[in-house]
Amino acid sequence: MSMIFKRTAGLTDAATHYCPGCTHGIAHRLVAEALDELGLLGNTIGCGSVGCSILSYNYFNVDMIECLHGRAPAVATGIKRSVPDKTVFTYQGDGDLASIGAAEIVHAAHRGENITVIFINNAIYGMTGGQMAPTTLPGQKATTAPAGRKPEFSGLPLKMSEMLAQVPAAAYIERVSLHDPKHVRRAKKAIVRAFTCQVEAKGFSLIEILSTCPTGWNLSPVDALGWLEEHMIPYYPLGVLKAPEEVEHVR
Amino acid sequence: MSKNLAFVQGNEACAMGAMYAGLDFYAGYPITPSTEIAETLAVQLPAAGKKFIQMEDEISSMCAIVGASLTGNKVMTATSGPGFSLMQEALGYAVMAEIPCVVVNVQRGGPSTGNPTHVSQGDVNQARWGTHGDHSIVALSASNHQDVFKMTVEAFNIAETYRTPVVLLFDEVVGHMREKLIVPEPGEIPLVARLRTSLKEGVNYHPYLPREDGRLPMSDFGDVHRYNVTGLYHDMWGFPTDKPELVQELLRHQINKIENNVHRMTFYKSYFLEDARTILISYGSSARAALSTVKQRRNRGESIGLLELNTIWPFPAELVRECTRNAELIAVVEMNVGQLTQAVKLAVGSQKQVHLINRVDGQMIADKDIKNILRILQGKGI
Ligand SMILES: Cc1ncc(C[n+]2csc(CCOP(=O)(O)OP(=O)(O)O)c2C)c(N)n1
Ligand code: SF4
Repeated sequence: MSMIFKRTAGLTDAATHYCPGCTHGIAHRLVAEALDELGLLGNTIGCGSVGCSILSYNYFNVDMIECLHGRAPAVATGIKRSVPDKTVFTYQGDGDLASIGAAEIVHAAHRGENITVIFINNAIYGMTGGQMAPTTLPGQKATTAPAGRKPEFSGLPLKMSEMLAQVPAAAYIERVSLHDPKHVRRAKKAIVRAFTCQVEAKGFSLIEILSTCPTGWNLSPVDALGWLEEHMIPYYPLGVLKAPEEVEHVR
Repeated sequence: MSKNLAFVQGNEACAMGAMYAGLDFYAGYPITPSTEIAETLAVQLPAAGKKFIQMEDEISSMCAIVGASLTGNKVMTATSGPGFSLMQEALGYAVMAEIPCVVVNVQRGGPSTGNPTHVSQGDVNQARWGTHGDHSIVALSASNHQDVFKMTVEAFNIAETYRTPVVLLFDEVVGHMREKLIVPEPGEIPLVARLRTSLKEGVNYHPYLPREDGRLPMSDFGDVHRYNVTGLYHDMWGFPTDKPELVQELLRHQINKIENNVHRMTFYKSYFLEDARTILISYGSSARAALSTVKQRRNRGESIGLLELNTIWPFPAELVRECTRNAELIAVVEMNVGQLTQAVKLAVGSQKQVHLINRVDGQMIADKDIKNILRILQGKGI
């Protein structure tokens, strides 16, 4: 009998604390598998963030540091510049990266930091209980937007990947989704490519992963997958926003 | 049943108190254990035709309320330890520019991400000295929802009277606990309206020229008077200056307007102090446990009392000295390593020993914790 699936060595044996139907766990697995397959496991440093993934150090089988809310790219900068041979990644939610950490992510990209950013966009603040995020869709309800996000009042959701693709020194930006197995496989490819980009010293790479938060969205796990496909993908189109090949490298 | 009876969280009581006080504008960023304040106001403010906005972080939240206050609004933000740290720079700006605002800190365990979101009272000194530079600050606290409501209203009153930021130092237990609140009738707690200049359009207005009573009438920014606001030391027009005499004068004015009015902003409660030989001093949720201990031991005939401070800064040193004059044993009950204890020590002087009864493990201090330490202090053993 041949082995077709094996738990990656990139994850510990710990069971995750995520809610049923939350795709944080899938994203973790993909990152772990990518590091494992590229042979980077013993050589990687992960920079966690403040959000539901704050406990990700329990799950990733690499050295992890939990960073202040929004500041992971700055911490990663300090680490990567000091030990450039290590693979350094951040793992950040949309509140963390697009709201409080907007300055840090823009400037990490702007400096062309040779790090990989895993950006989980679930259109809400999960950990603090369902407040509006910069990525919350128009009409989507949140505890701080009880009648749904009103664009005339809160603007339109930030498209971080499109925005960061404009930053000249950013090398590779792609948006993927986890709503079905086909897209999960594509997401994995993108993550592998992002880490490869870093290994080849091409500079800043970011994979935006459209993710579910059934708890914050008040939906069942299955309905949440459908909601992502139906509502998020049209606003946040999938695909490569900037390919490493397009970029004239600074380094 | 009274129509004013409510069963709410402390955070809701705070939001309700702010609405009662005439809150016009709230800007904030979510953080447990304070978020229910924002979530309540996200419903109530728009319903009242007033403004609620979620900002991208606490730095901008604090800056937004500074801007909104200047244009004539009663303003507030709410956060917890990490966010309070991010607000410190702009809090200092509000001190310097003398901008009325209320900043709520529902304390949790720190430093950093710390012990979320367990109870702590570790920000007592951050409230006092968190921002850089010499300054005075007002910080109020409460141990029950009736007082959370009242102190929130008083915070707005003090902010408007003295043109100063006021910190509301609540804690996780008070913020999240549910209990009874009797919502005061309109007018039951007097409200201080903003003091606006009587100067007409076209007449020179000096935003930083104190009246005889020291108060600075405001003119809504962008309205009829043209003036400047700055975080630099400034003259009476609000334009920057580094003239030594003006710098010194402004610094002293900003400190004196608080320190010379301690008695006007001191709120406290005393329980069985008249004949007390053992005096506990406490505030916030730890005062609940202290009160419980005091009542139990009174029942057993011990001469013990409690001074609960609702005003923490400026520290009511005279009151504390007065209340503890006949005390044989003074102990401060707080959930930190002795932040207010230091202030009490300074107040009562070196003749009297001041003890600390605390818990710093993220757990609410209980009456039995206090009792156990008291027995040791009183030489009774455990
Ligand atoms: C300075 C500071 N402000 C606020 C918080 C509270 N906080 C913790 S997690 C979080 C939001 C996380 O949301 P997101 O990044 O979208 O991640 P998710 O939980 O959805 O995965 C916030 C606001 C904090 N820890 N520090
Ligand atoms: S709250 Fe949302 S993001 Fe957080 S674990 Fe639950 S489903 Fe996932």
